[in-house]
Parts: sequence; C-alpha cells; structure tokens
Amino acid sequence: MRVALFVPCYIDQFYPQVAVASLELLEKLGCEVVVPTDQTCCGQPMANSGFASSTEGCDANFSQNFEGFDYIVGPSGSCVLHVKEHHPSEKIRNSVYEICEFLTDVLKVSSLNAHFPHRVGLHQSCHGQRGLQLSSMSERNEKHFSKIEDLLALVGGIEVVLPVRVDECCGFGGTFCVTEEAVSVKMGQDRIKEHNANAVSYIVGVDTSCLMHMEGILRRQGSKVQVKHIVEILNHA
Amino acid sequence: MLSHAEASENFIADADRTDWHDETLWFVREKRDKVSKVLSEWEALREHASQIKDHTLANLGEYLQAFEAKAQANGITVHWAADAAEHNAIVHDIIAAQGSKILVKSKSMLTEECHLNDYLASKGIEVVDTDLGERIVQFRNEAPSHIVLPAIHLKKEDVGETFHQFLGTPKGNKDPQFLTEAARQHLRGHFLASEVAITGVNFAVAETGEFVVCTNEGNADMGAHLAKVHIACMGIEKIIPKRADLASFLRLLARSATGQLITTYTSHFHQPREGQEIHIVLLDNGRTRQLADPKYKNSLKCIRCAACFNTCPVYRRSGGHSYHQPVAGPIGSILAPNIDKKANVDLPFASTLCGSCTNVCPVKINIHEQLWFWRQDLMEAGLAPVGKTIGMKLMAFVLSNPVIYRIGGSLLRRFAGILNTRLNPWYKQREMPVAPQESFQEWYNKR
Repeated sequence: MRVALFVPCYIDQFYPQVAVASLELLEKLGCEVVVPTDQTCCGQPMANSGFASSTEGCDANFSQNFEGFDYIVGPSGSCVLHVKEHHPSEKIRNSVYEICEFLTDVLKVSSLNAHFPHRVGLHQSCHGQRGLQLSSMSERNEKHFSKIEDLLALVGGIEVVLPVRVDECCGFGGTFCVTEEAVSVKMGQDRIKEHNANAVSYIVGVDTSCLMHMEGILRRQGSKVQVKHIVEILNHA
Repeated sequence: MLSHAEASENFIADADRTDWHDETLWFVREKRDKVSKVLSEWEALREHASQIKDHTLANLGEYLQAFEAKAQANGITVHWAADAAEHNAIVHDIIAAQGSKILVKSKSMLTEECHLNDYLASKGIEVVDTDLGERIVQFRNEAPSHIVLPAIHLKKEDVGETFHQFLGTPKGNKDPQFLTEAARQHLRGHFLASEVAITGVNFAVAETGEFVVCTNEGNADMGAHLAKVHIACMGIEKIIPKRADLASFLRLLARSATGQLITTYTSHFHQPREGQEIHIVLLDNGRTRQLADPKYKNSLKCIRCAACFNTCPVYRRSGGHSYHQPVAGPIGSILAPNIDKKANVDLPFASTLCGSCTNVCPVKINIHEQLWFWRQDLMEAGLAPVGKTIGMKLMAFVLSNPVIYRIGGSLLRRFAGILNTRLNPWYKQREMPVAPQESFQEWYNKR
C-alpha cells in the first residue's frame, strides 16, 4: 500500500523522532511510504487563530505535495482534523488519516513486534478523541471504545493507566498556550498531577503538541517523567 | 475592563481557590454524568430535543404568534421588546402603574442581560433578588458568575462574612444551614410585602399559552403567588411547540444542570388568579440577528443548563467573572459577540476548542465549532490585537513557501535559546522544547 507521510511542521523541526518512528512503523507494516519533501504546515495555527482567510498558501502547498495519494497519514490528531475539516479539496479531506486510525481502520493491525516495559499514562488528545473519534468520550452515553488503547494493548510489557479525569484537555490549544498562558499552564499542571498520582514513567498521546506542552511543564518542574508519542512506543522493539 | 486572559491570571493567582472552584464544578459534571448514563436513551433524548428546537427555530414567528394568541386568551398580557432598553421600559411602566418602590425577582439571566436591576434602581425602584445565590452576589454588588450557580465563586466563609455585614448574622458563622435560615427569614419579609414579582421563563408553550419556571428554592412561586402583579421576562427562543415537549426538556435540563432528575419546583403559569395580573415580556435583543446567520443560529437552542460551564476546563480555572458578560462559559462566548463584537473579541479565544462543551450539551449545540467561526468573523472584522495580523500574515507567508520554511526552521532551531526569556509567555512556566540538530526532512534527505 502506497502511503504519503504527512509530517506536521513542528514535528519536522522539533520532534523528528516522531516522524522517524512513523516512517519506520509504516514500513514495518508493509507500506510503501513516500515523504513529499516540500511539505510545510497544514495551516491550522492561522485558522484556529481566526485567520483561516490567510491559509490559502498552505492549502495550495499541501495540495501540491499530497494531491495524488489515496492515503495521507500523519502522526497528529489536530493537524489531521484541520485538514479533514477545512482543506478546500474534497479528495484530500477524504484521504487524510491520523496514524492510529490508519493502523486500526485501514491496515487493521492485529499484532505488533513492539515492547515497552513501562508504566505509561494515557493522555487523550481532544482533537483526536472528540474530533476524529479515536475513542469514546466521557461526556457521551456510548459504549467504550479506544483505537489508542487497542493499539497499546498490542505492545509487550506495557502497563497503561488512565488519569482520574480520563479525557480532560491538557490546555495546549494552539496559540491559546501563549495568549491564555495562565489557564493553559494550570490545565497542564493539573493533568500532570493526576499522572504523577498514578506513578507513571511516561505520558503517551497521539498529539505531539499536547506532549510538548506537558513536557515543558514537566521539565520546568524537574520531573523525571517523559513524554512519548504513541508511534514511538508502537515502533519500540 | 480586563480581558479574559488578564482576569484569569488574577483568578489563578489564588491557586487553592482555583483548585476548589475546579473541583466543585467538576463534581457537578460528575453528578450529571451519573444521571445521564443510567438513561439508555440519553443520546436519543438529546437528538430529539435538538430536533424540536431546530423545528421551532425554523418556525419561530408562527410559534410566537400562536403563543401570544393563547396567552392573551388565557388573560395574560403579552409585550414585545426589540432590545434591552425597550424591555426595561416596559417592565418599568408596569411597576410604575402599580406604584411599587420595591419588588422581588427570581432568577432570570435575561434581566441580567438587560441590566434591569440597575435600570430600575435609577428610577428609584429596588429589586430584591430572591434566589439565594443571586441575593448573595447582589449584596456584594457582584454579577452572577454562573447561570445556574450564581455564587459558585464564593466559599461559605465569604457568604458568612457577607451575611454578617448585610443581615447581621454573628461574625465568623459559616454554617450553611444557619446562613440559609437567615436568608429565608430576610426574604420572607420581602415576599410578603411585594406587590410585584418578576420571574424568568424556562419554557413557553405555544400550544397552551402557558410558561414554565424551574427553581430549586421555590422562590419564583413564593414571589408570583403573593404578588398582585407577576412579570415574566423571556427571550423569544424559549418557546416550544407543545406541552408534551416538556417531557424531553425537563428531563434534560435538570440532569444536565445539577445531576437532579427534575428541578424541585417546576411551575406552570397558565392564567392569572382572581385579581392578579400576569405580564410576559418577549425579548429579541439580537436573537433574530443570530437566527438569520446559519453559522450561529443553533446557539438559540440553548436551555441555559450550564453543563458547558461545568465541563469547560477553562471556565473551571478562570471563573465566571473573567468572561465579563452575564452569561459566561462556552455558550456565553458564542452569544456575546452577537451583541457586541469589539467588547467580546477575547471570548471566542478563551477556549482550547477541546469540544467537551459540544458533547455535553443536551440540545447538541456545536459550541466549539461556533467558537471557531466567531474567531474568523472577529478577525475579518479587523478586531485583531495589535501585531497579531502582521504576525499571522508573516507566519502564513513563511509556512507557504518550502524554501523559506526550511531556512526559517533551521534558524529557529539554531537560535532557539534566545526564546528562553520571561518575555516569551511559553517560557514563563514551561521549558522550550530542545531543538534537535537535524529536522526530519534533513534526516530523511540523507537516508
């Protein structure tokens, strides 16, 4: 299966290991992975700041890079959701997948050669969870499901623990993290407090932006807890 | 006036109180979860209520006229107000005809929206708010911080101090039962003496011309049953077609609001009793403008349960007053810009767009999507803060050009250290990410 890897800009620049793990994992699972090298940003930072009118350039560049692909796969719930909801091309909107949903829904992965013998706290990133419906949500009266937990269950040695408030937002929120700095940090600190109470060694999520925010707080606190994008764990042999 | 971000920073400066506020409202959210999850039909009920509201809004004019005809036939006087000023003038005229200088009022967010108390005070008329929470904030000269729990920002110690000052309760007494009893005795005198009672309206039924008021304290009933004149103030969106529709809305309202199965008092006002007058004031105040915009129309489905407040991680950590509007929280943030774009430009940005509000909403308002739409409309209206427009356009330019993006990214990683300054809001309480030597693209090109 031919797959185009969509690497969000901040992952490209600051978290290349997440893109590397995505690439390796997809290849391990038998995909022919193409990385369009002129890709930049999906336009989400501008759009969520009220400047969707300024994203034409990003949309056009995204189209140029990803036009011919039936499967555009990215390791970021919020960027994928943005493309899915707002990209002008219907073909692209229908072809873009967050990597977990691609693994469970398209590749239908039922086993993985992955091992991660640690106690891991699961952070539900909102755009993946509520936007892309990667898992059921606490607000709704619906049957529990989680594509994320299903994938983590395939990893050897891992122990996944949920915080008390299973799906509260971490407070990143794009430019919210700086324009509403006080609330943003407080929300992140509160999430971390719950993960700390569970004595986890890692916090795992499907959105590197949430993890970047929590990592910033953890490091300022001098914590030993680390953050990992889910693909880093699924690709961890 | 402080922006939401500035007011929130002040609120959070008291970390213990912020935690208490957050946990108190989360407790209400959990109560709501429990009672909603024992109903297997919960999601169907939400959908049903949402469809009734959609239908009603699509035929609003007809239902309002039907309601007016029925209510008039029942002996209720119906008034129409285009805006807050008209509303207040109508209410004042009714009171002036009665000659009252003091009256009782049960909870009505609509009268907060119209700033009725201040208006009547300027005419020499005193309003005594009879909802306990509202009376507390009224004593303190504060606005309600929550539409269902108006004094939720206050602890029992604060209430004890306020009652000591205004009702003469012993200093230091913070016993809730004692303080509530003091409020009852205080309010009883006003109930008995008032010739005029104002109430809000939760639902108005087009089929029958009746209106329904839900309270837990019975204060709306105490006021309305003792006064010669009952004035009910309602927004035009509170109309529902049939009495049978209440079966859906009453179940959703109490469960979503406080986790109760039903409000303690659900009172149907159908016709005036002998010698009594009932007036109902139907207010537009921008609602028809909202109705005409397909992006925002369904915000008018709101039944004011405040479930979106209780679930909102931002609201719980910033308090209602940080929204500087009578209706705070996520729903307030999509209603307020319709009234005044400039004054409320910060509110649609007081959200992470996490989507919890949309999914908790009993009438399925797509709140977080409307927040997103308002962001676009407000920025397009030229209301961006200084520098934001230039910053965004620059960012859009860099991110649209692969070559400039690569150069920019490389420079950013090399000189990331200069961002480690208190001037960088990220760095105030968070470390910056560690910049890697190579970007993914650089690594990939060498692979």
